[in-house]
Amino acid sequence: MVEVVGWGSLPASCVTEAREGMVVYTESDQVTEARSTILELLLANHPDDCLTCDKAGRCSLQDFSYRYGIRKGPFLGERKAYPLDQENPFILRDMSKCILCGKCVRVCSEVVGRNVVDFSFRGFATKVATPLNCGLEEAGCVFCGSCVEVCPVGALSEKQMSGRGRSWQVNSVTTTCPYCGVGCQVNLQVKGNRVVGAKSAGTGINGKHLCIKGRFAYGFIHHPERLTRPLIKRNGQFEEVSWEEALHETGSRLREIKELHGSDALAVLASARITNEENYLLGKLARAALGTNNIDHCARL
Amino acid sequence: MTNSIDEIAGASLILAIGTNTTEAHPVISLRIRKALQRGAKLIVVDPRKTELAELATSHLQLKPGTDIALFNSMARYILGERIWNKEFVAERCEGLEGLRESLGEFTPEYAQTITGIPAALIKETARAYAQAERATILYTMGLTQHACGTDNVLAVANLALLCGQIGRESTGLNPLRGQNNVQGACDMGGLPNVLPGYQQVQDEGNRKIFSGAWGAALSDKPGLTLGEMMDSALQGTLKAMYITGENPILSDADSNHVQKALEKLDFLVVQDMFLTDTAKLADVVLPAASFAEKEGTFTNTERRVQRVRKAIEPIAGAKPDWQIICALAAELGYPMKYAGPKEIFEEITRLTPSYRGISYQRLEKEGIQWPCPSEEHPGTKYLHNQTFVRGKARLTPVNYMQPKELPDEKYPLMLNTGRRLQHYHTGTMTLRTEITQIYGSEKLDINPGMPKT
Repeated sequence: MVEVVGWGSLPASCVTEAREGMVVYTESDQVTEARSTILELLLANHPDDCLTCDKAGRCSLQDFSYRYGIRKGPFLGERKAYPLDQENPFILRDMSKCILCGKCVRVCSEVVGRNVVDFSFRGFATKVATPLNCGLEEAGCVFCGSCVEVCPVGALSEKQMSGRGRSWQVNSVTTTCPYCGVGCQVNLQVKGNRVVGAKSAGTGINGKHLCIKGRFAYGFIHHPERLTRPLIKRNGQFEEVSWEEALHETGSRLREIKELHGSDALAVLASARITNEENYLLGKLARAALGTNNIDHCARL
Repeated sequence: MTNSIDEIAGASLILAIGTNTTEAHPVISLRIRKALQRGAKLIVVDPRKTELAELATSHLQLKPGTDIALFNSMARYILGERIWNKEFVAERCEGLEGLRESLGEFTPEYAQTITGIPAALIKETARAYAQAERATILYTMGLTQHACGTDNVLAVANLALLCGQIGRESTGLNPLRGQNNVQGACDMGGLPNVLPGYQQVQDEGNRKIFSGAWGAALSDKPGLTLGEMMDSALQGTLKAMYITGENPILSDADSNHVQKALEKLDFLVVQDMFLTDTAKLADVVLPAASFAEKEGTFTNTERRVQRVRKAIEPIAGAKPDWQIICALAAELGYPMKYAGPKEIFEEITRLTPSYRGISYQRLEKEGIQWPCPSEEHPGTKYLHNQTFVRGKARLTPVNYMQPKELPDEKYPLMLNTGRRLQHYHTGTMTLRTEITQIYGSEKLDINPGMPKT
């Protein structure tokens, strides 16, 4: 909210059109006093959970309370205590922390078009809820996570990242999603040598949005079935071997077949999953090293 | 895509053909919703009542495999009603008379008998498309994965050309590509007939440039396509394959055929993150790093080249594919030495005119859409603005043919494949994530009206 000279009330800046000659103060005494009171009211009905809350360090309520020096104080009274909803594997819903800003309701309705949640009940009992308080999945949620992305407090968070690191311990690396061809920009959340989660990068074609795969499907990176040693099949069984041995075996067999049957007895399948640089090298390997144009990939299908 | 993803929101009419966008390209579907909010018409052509079909102004629920009959009849109606874009066709296309002659029998009434779509709806759709201010066509595998897939696309291209609905903002032909770097794999010459940048291998000039840069003589004989590779392996003429990041046992049609072909090879190398069904058949398996463990670039469906950045060190024992390929080249007596992907990319830009102006430094800020011929060039938002690559666009007559396999007494049902929102391709990655907790295995959808047999 801001102060406009000559206006009786403090309008919300995001819904007020600028007009010719308008004089606007964004941090006047009147503005900061109003903001402080609102923060006191919000804090009165908020759990003191910053010590364990995963949102700490990237929470707007925390940031603004710090900025205006607000502590819990004058408006103590009844507090909401809703059970933690952790029934789906992706989105943790702690409605006791909700400040009823309505961003999740609007993004779900106006951008994603699914209307999974809305305000229910009235007055102090007002709550963002699914129809009949059912689980998100049952309510038709597609787990795009846009609501988590816009939630300013700890009401909605990524379950996968819960307890996996405070926000300031986690590095953010901007990269391109490895799934479909849209090329969404994601910020991988990295702690130590582990990818603990992902957020939208807020840039590129996707902005704040991703889909269930781009936001939540990174468990494969550290999956125990990842191959960690080259394998050579001997007598029908795979044996773990060194890189030197595997590469030497591959090179000598390919050379042997080339000498015996010619270059066109060899073929390479490139990949729609690996990088441009790697596909380029595969083309170079097929054409210059193996001597064949036998290279294709699944775009053919 | 001839246009950019962002431009979809600006279209006044969207003709979505065989694309289950809300599941296969969820973030693109947000742009379709935005267009609808702005008042655009959405016409969905799909045998299934998808979520997109439910959002549509009209749904043309055609019988599977009858696309050409539909689009030919739309073209015939547009010509008959004289509502085609005469100026555009005269200036920028050739072959109008040939097309007109080829459309003889395709009245909307005739198309109705083939497609099952009422003739009145075909006419209404044709008129709406021809007269739209900015019409954009979106399509995916529903149009292309047919025995007549290429002809299907040509029939759609004819329609776009006839109506001049291409080469402008929010106006064009837009295949939504299914994989993170399927565009890039094609751009980089991962195809049997072209070098990077779609430069034909049969062209002597192209070969001369590349053999100079690569220091090796190059074959002028176009190679085998993926399907031909499998056939040749079965026939015994193809002896060895090197497969990277691909699982054809699951992704190609006719799994048994592919399995037999791969088993027949003298030598098979598979490079992947996991022991896929394809890798299980290999003689040697090389463990590759994931996208999070390496540097590089992917090119998305709107031709945008974007950075891939290393977030973590490779999982113990695995190596980035580029390092494996270089090490293998050395074993083959053809050393390829690079300090890293950046150096490889610089070599790519020297040899690929459409990528020439792109550099890692420029990509640091944001992705760039090719063609980008010089360092000063901002990249290209939409294609074919002034001219087509071959000069004038060709209107190509296409004939309707029935699908190769139709239901019969023994096999009375038609099975259609598609993508689920929750999973991806052969499931090598998504089946190893928390997604399995809500969607653990594939399901078969059957029309409830189908008699139980």
